[in-house]
Amino acid sequence: MTDERTTAALQGSRWRRSVALMWRGLRAEPRLYVLAVGSSAVFGALTVAVSRAVGWATDTVVVPAIGGDVEAQDRLWQAGLVLAAVAVTLALSVAGRRIWAGLGFAALQARHRRGVTAQYLRLPMSWHRAHPAGQLLSNASADVEAATGVFNPLPFALGVVVMIGVAAGMLLSIDLWLAAAALVVIPAAVVVNLVFQRFMAPAATRAQQLRAEVADVAHESFEGALLVKSLGTADREEARFADRAHALQAANVRVGVVRAFFDPVIELLPSLGTLVVLGVGTWRASTGAVEAGDVITAAYLLTVMAVPVRAFGWVLGELPRALVGYERIARVLDARGVLPSGSRALPRTAGGLAVRLDGVGVDVPAAGGTARLLDDVDLEVGPGQTVAVVGSTGAGKTTLVSLLARLSDPTRGRVLLDGLDLRDLLDGEVPAQVALVAQQTFVFEDTVRANVTLADVPDVPDGADVPDDAAVWDALRTARLDDLVQGLPGGLDASLGERGANLSGGQRQRLAIARALVRRPRLLVLDDATSAVDPQVESEILRALRGTAGDGSAVTVVMVAYRMSSVALADVVVHLEGGRVVDVGTHRELLGRDPGYRSLATAYEQETARRARERADELAVGDETEATAPDAPVAATPKGRTR
Amino acid sequence: MSDSRIASASTLGVLATLRRGVQLSPQIVQGLWLTLGLAVLAASGRVVVPLAVQRTVDEGIGATGGPDAGRVALFVALAAGALVVAGLCSAMVNVRLFRSTEAGLAELRVRAFRHVHDLSTLSQGTERRGALVSRVTSDVDTISLFVQWGGIMLLVSSLQVLVATVLMAVYSWQLTVLVWLCFVPLVLVLRRAQRHVNAAYTTVRAKVGAMLGAISEAVVGAETVRAYGVGRRTGRRVDAAIEETRSAQARAQVLVASVFSGGVLVANLVLAVVVVVGTLLGVGGELTAGQVVAFLFLVQLFTGPVQMATEILNELQNAVAGWRRVLAVVETPLDVVDPPDGVASERGPAALTLQGVRYTYPEGPEVLHGVDLELPARTRVAVVGRTGSGKTTIAKLVTRLMDPTAGQVLLDGVDLRDLGLASLRDRVVLVPQEGFLMEGTVADNVAYGLRDGTSGADDVAARVSDAFEALGLADWVADLPAGLGTQVGQRGEALSAGERQLVAIARAYLAAPDLLVLDEATSAVDPATEVRIARALDSLTAGRSTLTIAHRLSTAEASDLVVVVDDGHVVEVGPHDELAAAGGVYARMHASWVAQTR
Repeated sequence: MTDERTTAALQGSRWRRSVALMWRGLRAEPRLYVLAVGSSAVFGALTVAVSRAVGWATDTVVVPAIGGDVEAQDRLWQAGLVLAAVAVTLALSVAGRRIWAGLGFAALQARHRRGVTAQYLRLPMSWHRAHPAGQLLSNASADVEAATGVFNPLPFALGVVVMIGVAAGMLLSIDLWLAAAALVVIPAAVVVNLVFQRFMAPAATRAQQLRAEVADVAHESFEGALLVKSLGTADREEARFADRAHALQAANVRVGVVRAFFDPVIELLPSLGTLVVLGVGTWRASTGAVEAGDVITAAYLLTVMAVPVRAFGWVLGELPRALVGYERIARVLDARGVLPSGSRALPRTAGGLAVRLDGVGVDVPAAGGTARLLDDVDLEVGPGQTVAVVGSTGAGKTTLVSLLARLSDPTRGRVLLDGLDLRDLLDGEVPAQVALVAQQTFVFEDTVRANVTLADVPDVPDGADVPDDAAVWDALRTARLDDLVQGLPGGLDASLGERGANLSGGQRQRLAIARALVRRPRLLVLDDATSAVDPQVESEILRALRGTAGDGSAVTVVMVAYRMSSVALADVVVHLEGGRVVDVGTHRELLGRDPGYRSLATAYEQETARRARERADELAVGDETEATAPDAPVAATPKGRTR
Repeated sequence: MSDSRIASASTLGVLATLRRGVQLSPQIVQGLWLTLGLAVLAASGRVVVPLAVQRTVDEGIGATGGPDAGRVALFVALAAGALVVAGLCSAMVNVRLFRSTEAGLAELRVRAFRHVHDLSTLSQGTERRGALVSRVTSDVDTISLFVQWGGIMLLVSSLQVLVATVLMAVYSWQLTVLVWLCFVPLVLVLRRAQRHVNAAYTTVRAKVGAMLGAISEAVVGAETVRAYGVGRRTGRRVDAAIEETRSAQARAQVLVASVFSGGVLVANLVLAVVVVVGTLLGVGGELTAGQVVAFLFLVQLFTGPVQMATEILNELQNAVAGWRRVLAVVETPLDVVDPPDGVASERGPAALTLQGVRYTYPEGPEVLHGVDLELPARTRVAVVGRTGSGKTTIAKLVTRLMDPTAGQVLLDGVDLRDLGLASLRDRVVLVPQEGFLMEGTVADNVAYGLRDGTSGADDVAARVSDAFEALGLADWVADLPAGLGTQVGQRGEALSAGERQLVAIARAYLAAPDLLVLDEATSAVDPATEVRIARALDSLTAGRSTLTIAHRLSTAEASDLVVVVDDGHVVEVGPHDELAAAGGVYARMHASWVAQTR
């Protein structure tokens, strides 16, 4: 995957990029577009043929017949049939053009979508963290639509080129001057379109931008609806939204005004062209160079070409938007930074993994340089050990444990599992042996079974066997979720709503633990994964995980935890502060020698003691007061009102 | 998940929707009559060319005695003048329509947006946030786009059909009837076909929705996908959804193409029919050759807009559907109503009373079975109980996120339902468990709590850093990559759950309410920090009231009054020391908590 690919991004001037964009699209679906453009060319030629046929019918049938020519009257049915045949072919060519163009359009959208979503799945977490979910979703929806919008009118416009060619040839065969008079409309239309683009492009871009801003404000405001309510800031939010909505209103009006003048002008062109043709035609007819029917043919041609010629305008109109949309997609397609994988494999034994961190540091870009999230972390965890990572909020605990599941690589140092650097392992090795349960559980809109196995039942998952129902129940039992699932209608087949909306926080966390356990990992990483689980249940789960410890088959567990009852179950405790390891040892050892740890671990205890002291002091003061002034008011008792 | 309480669309018919829509956005019809008048002039311009052609052929080129250049020049000059005037009218129609509809739609957007915020959290919670967003964005955009691209076309096209019909009838009523007879069946067939097209597009929209759902699992669940190595499986699901969308789109496109080319077929067949029948009429002496030719042009003027109109009618239906969805929001009844003559509550220490309060969630069981509580001013109250005991419901009722199904909640003796909402929100502030942050810096988010937005930027910055200082969080701020200027990302996701809670508390602290309600607001914070915050809040909120819903009983130890809720009933009320010694529910909870923390 790291080999050199041609980049998706377009190079060069605006025009070169536009042409390249259209060319690449046509090339991507050659069969569909050959058919679509071919039909469109037939349509273009036939459109001209209709006018030719009408002109021919006028000259050789209508006018003579009405003039009393009996022969012409006999040819009338023939003329009608010719016109009908042209009509049918024309309709077929329109159908072909629109169907194949539509299929091509849908295929191109699907192609772009597969491209960006493949990248979403391939790129590392660091990339995801730098790109908000909303933006990625809009890359796959709005941007894909924008980038492909131009392919709707494109086959039409290419067919129109054929039409213009045929029309020009036909008119030239009649009369040079008449041809010139009729065809002058086309360069005029192109010029008008170009002028239009100059005004339209910035106006449309601004409106598009403001539409996105209006959506952003609404999205954030609705997501924070509870905050808005609890602080009573609905007025402020309304003002914020109204500001953007009115800016969008102005931008839309601006787009409208540009269109308001462009549309009549572009409609005026063929009409004025027709008048020019009439003038020139009269002159040429007076010299005997052309006949009345020729003038009518030319005039009629302009009328039927009026709409198709606008297809250029549609293409030109879509191009700026298409370029912007495509460039946003290309940024995703060209994103690099895949975590490289090596060729080593971990042994498939039953016991826990040995974990070693060797001088590990993690930096992230920050305002004015880099921020160190982790620095110089050394850690050794034996197979089957349970390790608790403890530290205050923001100490770097999540960053540390996410390295173990290789959600990202350290900036400095090495992370080793069973002595092998994670970067040297084969693709797929880490998830096969390490399971990480994150702070927040992501629940798929699917059944309980699928949410635990993360596999589609009939087909084969990623190279492993699908865990059977017994294994799923085992995992649910260890995660203390079996009772709940048994109570659901359908049991394992019960479906969980959007993002697990019908589960409580604790239930979601236990589901995530079951999901990890069913994979029989050799290293289980729990990132504050039981914070919403009842403490007793949490202890039960942790004890079950240690289960058969001592027979060499125990899983290695690394957990971030706050509850001392959980921490006390760990073999080793790592105290992390400010991205550095302060101390490593057993809970007892750290309590004895690490004052920072002591204050974390005994915070509640000390607080209780402190409060007890305070109360005692206050009471003592109260007693004294009472002693010296026997009739002191009751209010002297601290917070006496509530008694 | 319970069904949405916000209707997916209003049930009004097309005309009723338009009427109601215009009623809510009267700007749309401002000056409509003048616009219509101008539109008639603009549409009349369309017949100039056929007229000029007919005159030129009959009286210019075909004039007895050879082509008459002078006459032709006159016709051409007159026609050009008329075209320019019509074009100007057309431009004015466009501008006027854009201005009036955009003004109306902007108001509609803001109104719907505000209405969403005025709905209770319960109603908001029944609808996906993304779906609510689309009500004030893409649904309104559909209307706006329709006006920009289709509305004017529809207006001008209809008028053009009308004008073309009148003129055709002037030349030959027989041919006019014939043309109409050809088109009437087309219109009927198209209407039927349009229903299938609509159904196809509904399928496309549903597939696109499902596809975005699948993609969002790959994006929002990126960490899960990586942690469990299920990239290939997720990829398959996404690809399948993309393919389903593609094939639904393809189906719709084929259908639309067939319908459209059917229209093309009829329009061109009509041409053949007119040539034949027109000539026969001419032979019969009813028409001149010029009139037949002119009629051919008029038929073009007629068929073009008829075909266009069928496509535009489809877009009109989309726009009306969008309008219905927006109207459905605006017309969702408010379940927590701001009383029209609400009492403005006096600022000052807040006392809270609950009298016989019951609460039943819609279509759910009763969760509070008659709660009576007296919480005096300046008291620190802790509400404790097992998960699902009803403690969060109490927090929602005292902050009036919802109203009790029976009984009363009184603030300083006044029923919350009689208080002006603005005044209530000034006095009572809730800090929920999930600290939601807006995109921006830490400082921006804390400053959001300030009630008076008028003070200068320096003052705001000072107050924000004072807040962190006062809460004992200055060290935490100093450790952030850019201090108070650190960007928190969308929804605050650049910070950890615990860090978001710290910012949320600082924000609520700056709001300085009389009653602060904390619903497990420090659940993801480490014990030492939690204790530090609790202690800071104690001294900072002295003289005010706090009500804390707590998982960790350290809060209860520090409170003046502990309220124990069990299964929807208040089972114990009293100071910590008393309850802990009483050997009841609380005593057991506390003992087990102490065991966990040691």
